[in-house]
Amino acid sequence: MAVELPKPIVTARYGLQESWKLQTYLNNGGYEGLRKALGTPREELVENVTAATLLGRGGAGFPAGQKWSMLRKAEPVYLVVNGDESEPATFKDHQLMVTDPHQIVEGALICAYAVGAAQAFIFVRGEFALGLERMTQAVNEAYEHGAIGRNIFGSGWSIDLVIHPGAGAYICGEETALLESLEGKRGFPRIKPPYFPAAIGLYGAPTVVNNVETVSNLPWITLNGGSAFAAMGAGRSTGTRIFSLSGRVNRPGNYEVEMAKTTFHDLFYDPRLGNGIIDDKALKAFIPGGASAPWFGPDKVDMPLDQDEVGKAGSMLGSGSVIAMDETTCMVRAAWRITRFFHNESCGQCTPCREGSGWVDKIMYRIEQGAGREDDLDLLLDVCDNIAPGLSWPPRQTTICVLGPSIPSSIVSAIRMFRDEFLVHIKDGQCPFPP
Amino acid sequence: MTQQTDQQAAKDTVTITVDGRAIEAKPGEMIIAAAERAGIYIPRFCWHPRMKPVGMCRMCLVEVKGPRGFALQPSCFVPVAEDMEVVTTSEPVKKAQDGVLEFLLINHPLDCPVCDRGGECPLQDQTFAFGPGESRFVEEKRHFEKPIRISDLVLLDRERCIQCARCTRFADEVAGDPLINFVERGDQVQVLTFPDQPFSSYFSGNTVQICPVGALLASPYRFRARPWDLEQVESTCTACSVGCRIATQSSSNRLIRYLGIDSDPVNHGWLCDKGRFSYEAVDHDDRLGAPLLRTSGDGQLGECSWGEALDRTAKELRNIIDLHGAASVAVLGGSRLTNEDAYAWAKLAKGVLGTDNVDCQLGDGLPGELVLGLPRATIDEACTASTVVLLGPDIKEELPVLFLRLREAAIEGTTRVLEITPQPTGMTRYAAASVSYAPGEAAEVVRSLIDGSNGAGELLKSGDVVVVLGRPSLAESDQWVAEAARVLAGLPGVKFLPALRRSNVMGSLDMGLAPGVLPGRVSLDAGHQWFIDAWSRLPEERGLDATGILSAAAEGRIQALVLLGADPLADFPDRALARRALAGAGFVVAVDLFLTESARQADVVLAAAGPGEKGGTTTNIEGRVTVVNQKVTAPGTARPDWILAAELAVRLGEDLGFDSLGALFEEIERVAPSHAGLTMEILGRPSARDGIVLPFDPSAVAAEAEHAAAAPVEAVEMRAVAAQSQTAGSDIQSVTGPEAVPATGEGEQAEQEEAPGEETPTPAAKPPLLSVDALDQPSQSPRRDAYALRLVSTRKLYDGGAIVQHCASLAHLAPRTRLRMNSHDLDRLGVNSGDRVKISSHRTSATIEVDIDDGLPRGSASLTFNTPGDADPAELIDASQPVTELRVETTA
Repeated sequence: MAVELPKPIVTARYGLQESWKLQTYLNNGGYEGLRKALGTPREELVENVTAATLLGRGGAGFPAGQKWSMLRKAEPVYLVVNGDESEPATFKDHQLMVTDPHQIVEGALICAYAVGAAQAFIFVRGEFALGLERMTQAVNEAYEHGAIGRNIFGSGWSIDLVIHPGAGAYICGEETALLESLEGKRGFPRIKPPYFPAAIGLYGAPTVVNNVETVSNLPWITLNGGSAFAAMGAGRSTGTRIFSLSGRVNRPGNYEVEMAKTTFHDLFYDPRLGNGIIDDKALKAFIPGGASAPWFGPDKVDMPLDQDEVGKAGSMLGSGSVIAMDETTCMVRAAWRITRFFHNESCGQCTPCREGSGWVDKIMYRIEQGAGREDDLDLLLDVCDNIAPGLSWPPRQTTICVLGPSIPSSIVSAIRMFRDEFLVHIKDGQCPFPP
Repeated sequence: MTQQTDQQAAKDTVTITVDGRAIEAKPGEMIIAAAERAGIYIPRFCWHPRMKPVGMCRMCLVEVKGPRGFALQPSCFVPVAEDMEVVTTSEPVKKAQDGVLEFLLINHPLDCPVCDRGGECPLQDQTFAFGPGESRFVEEKRHFEKPIRISDLVLLDRERCIQCARCTRFADEVAGDPLINFVERGDQVQVLTFPDQPFSSYFSGNTVQICPVGALLASPYRFRARPWDLEQVESTCTACSVGCRIATQSSSNRLIRYLGIDSDPVNHGWLCDKGRFSYEAVDHDDRLGAPLLRTSGDGQLGECSWGEALDRTAKELRNIIDLHGAASVAVLGGSRLTNEDAYAWAKLAKGVLGTDNVDCQLGDGLPGELVLGLPRATIDEACTASTVVLLGPDIKEELPVLFLRLREAAIEGTTRVLEITPQPTGMTRYAAASVSYAPGEAAEVVRSLIDGSNGAGELLKSGDVVVVLGRPSLAESDQWVAEAARVLAGLPGVKFLPALRRSNVMGSLDMGLAPGVLPGRVSLDAGHQWFIDAWSRLPEERGLDATGILSAAAEGRIQALVLLGADPLADFPDRALARRALAGAGFVVAVDLFLTESARQADVVLAAAGPGEKGGTTTNIEGRVTVVNQKVTAPGTARPDWILAAELAVRLGEDLGFDSLGALFEEIERVAPSHAGLTMEILGRPSARDGIVLPFDPSAVAAEAEHAAAAPVEAVEMRAVAAQSQTAGSDIQSVTGPEAVPATGEGEQAEQEEAPGEETPTPAAKPPLLSVDALDQPSQSPRRDAYALRLVSTRKLYDGGAIVQHCASLAHLAPRTRLRMNSHDLDRLGVNSGDRVKISSHRTSATIEVDIDDGLPRGSASLTFNTPGDADPAELIDASQPVTELRVETTA
């Protein structure tokens, strides 16, 4: 029985001609949410989002309403929208920026109004040339339209919104590194405590940092109510969510599906979604939530896309990136590619991540190249254990940010699930898969 | 946890449990610091007690009990909280430490045998103590070009770097020179300078000292020694008068290195590069190792015996006094000396020769009586006063570590800096307000600030003001700032921190090396009876200061000139006058380390021992007396200055009354009122490790002694040093050698043998210490010359001075002087930055390139003093004029 696809919330305008233009946006209900919000008491807006249980779509899945309510009572308050989407196989935010930038602007403004922000920033990954162009154009149009700037829509409320291009570092997607970068400093994550930018954020001020997709939900939630959002999905996994599906599927892409009601199986095999594994091969494993997430075997394929269920099973929905691997995929190489990514992107602050990422990268590469030794596997596990002690899930963090504990996920998953494949590499002195 | 900490902020201490032991900690303190005070050492690389924690190296992970049980936390970043439970030795902690050390070593080159740090390396030490026995790393290590030069003094070996950010934090947080930073990321992270911008910081050497590996190397020290070959004593840096504590290290009787020691009230472990590398001058080949005498034959200076040199000097002095009176003799200089040297020379000049023409300053400071008479502040008091007034030189150039302290205080907001200056300084950007004045108008500006309705008046009258007082410019007479100081002295509760730069200028003033004063901060008049009793003779009348002495010498009224480490041709602001004075004086004797330009003109040159070559005490700007220790022997037969004074006295038929440094010290304690109670025994106590600020209450130190001895605070950074110093003697007691300061026993013995002491046991009451009355009668500021600019001239850290010029690593760092002017004045002349202009005072003219400096007020022009360049301000300045008017013309 095919899963029911919801009426889209954040991808509603996908497919419209020139969907990124203000006129298209206005013709399709654009800025109505903001107009409504400006006539609504701020507390009500926050309550509405809290009622929606809108979980953050950036990776950590922290409820947005709760985040807003944690703001330290101080002036000024800043809003930063995180559009530094950089994890391999995560590509939903860029498409939102390219396709419906006004929705992000409107969502950002609703959030800014709700939390009483004095200034809003949208931090866009520097490599997103088209995304930056569309976002900048949208902001300019919105200024002209009177949606940003002085006395917005005659409400008396004023705010400026700035697009800030990133300088090319994955780590700046980590919210405190992003704030450092926004302040003009090197993108080093800040040491915790303070744990949340809501207490000490941009320039030391209380700051809300929300993901692009998270704020994109706000116009809809404002117009339709938090409870309508919460009516979709189940448990804490409410509403819809975009999943970036990639890997060995016939139809990779971004799909907005109802949370908790859709399963990984639906995602992979539904003809309107992944439409099955390439060449009808067998699914060998999949990554349920981006490069940092521990892998699942085919036994978990019927699990619903529910944040808490996936968490309980030992992984996460993370950034909403789902990667399918089939029997043609070399698990050593797959794990090594992810490891190399973290090696390249470690900021270099904490010793275990800085040195450990390079070390495991070198070992993994050596094994993939056929120069591995059997005791390399135990060594890998122990080095990973030194990066994130216990190799448990959720990982025990001994580094400043979560990049460190993300490194072991793929290595440990690959070794635990596919030890034999490693041994073949080692015994044969070469990779058994085609290059 | 944050809430908990907040609640406890009110309490004085919190109790935490570390490894099952309850320990007391200060609220807000980090676990690592609290544990260390309790004797539990948690290994670390990035944490440094004088900088903000960053939690990067992860070496200090310990288990802290939280709501979900024990979890590894960086002890450098977790503040203590009441009832906190910490474990530093559990299996998870050991595994984490093992892991971090293994990680740190995988890319470390392990070239310890050729590394300067080998033997005193925190990475080495902690690997032995906490690390795994061997590495499992078989891959290729990271490679970088070895080493690269990042400044004139510092080299960087990026392969050895463990990315702890100590150096980058120091440069940014402490020095305010953020010229080094991380580039790249991950395991390619490296410390680098910005393109074409070297790490040219006055404080760069500190990064070498705090580097936990051998990544940062000081070029003067590189490959010169192995740490285990070095011997050391604790001492005080004498490159300027801040009084930073140092470890003086030597090998084979040569000074090899100075390291900063963390003295809490003074230097916090930091040194400036001039101080750090100034040992190079002591070790220089140009040092005088024998006395020189101008022969009657060819008129050249040639080496002679000490007997000949001293006999000749004594004979000439005696003849001149007999013919022209005692006032025809003058002693110039003395700020280089120890307190004991200075006392001996003061006694020789005033008590034996009978002249008050004595000045340890060279017309570039402030009147001695004024400085001694003002109520004195400590550096800590300045750093916590609600307002600090800076009225003096650029302290970044002249008293660099004082600059570090005040900069930190200004940034942290513990004080507010109000600067009154003729030109922008290193402190200007940290000052809450910087008021510029035209030369000659300091007092007027101070008056209007106090009286004006500008808010400054209220701040100044708040009762919690410290004035950092010095000479803002050598091109204006000292009368203006002296007048301003006396106006400020009328503020309620005001205290002063003198910003006079020469190493022991404060000690020499204390010891009476200034006209009108006697040892112990008493005036010639008030101390008359007391010192007649002690010395039996005193000058008949008040003498001349340096300007007066040189003028009198130029006019032939002063016949004999003793240059006591003074080089007036280089240091006196008016070189023409200095030249005439040296030519006019019939007999010139120079006591110096080097054959300076002035010493070349002397008839006799007496070779003196320098820093590290003699023991004694020195006094810093606060009046803090600390011990300087001998580490090496002086070159040849060069002698400590006090011995030369004693020898001359004998040849003049008198006896100074002391034949050992101990006896000399005892006499100072007995005779000088400001030094009452200051015994070697007290200075040797653990509680006096940071020295004693005079005048002091001996009972307070005694009471404190027990407490301090119970918990000696060892600067973390000096752990290696402390270990070594156990052999060398951590302080004065165990130092042996002819010039060492003896412990108490010897002093008593000396006292019994002493001649003057026996005669009169103090009938007169001790004279009162000098004080200064506030001034109420304003003088008229000099009139404006509408056609001229007023010259401002100040010193740079690296200049043409004898110390810098004899340090091979520093000599070439002296910047070339260029004329600096406000852009409006340049526009008026139609001159662009970089053009050459002709400048003329009524003395002489020069042509020089001009730079824009809009920090200078219109109507002023600035040249640095005693630095290379096309114009020499000393040739332009006339010391008899209140200000130096400078005509600036186009050359076309």
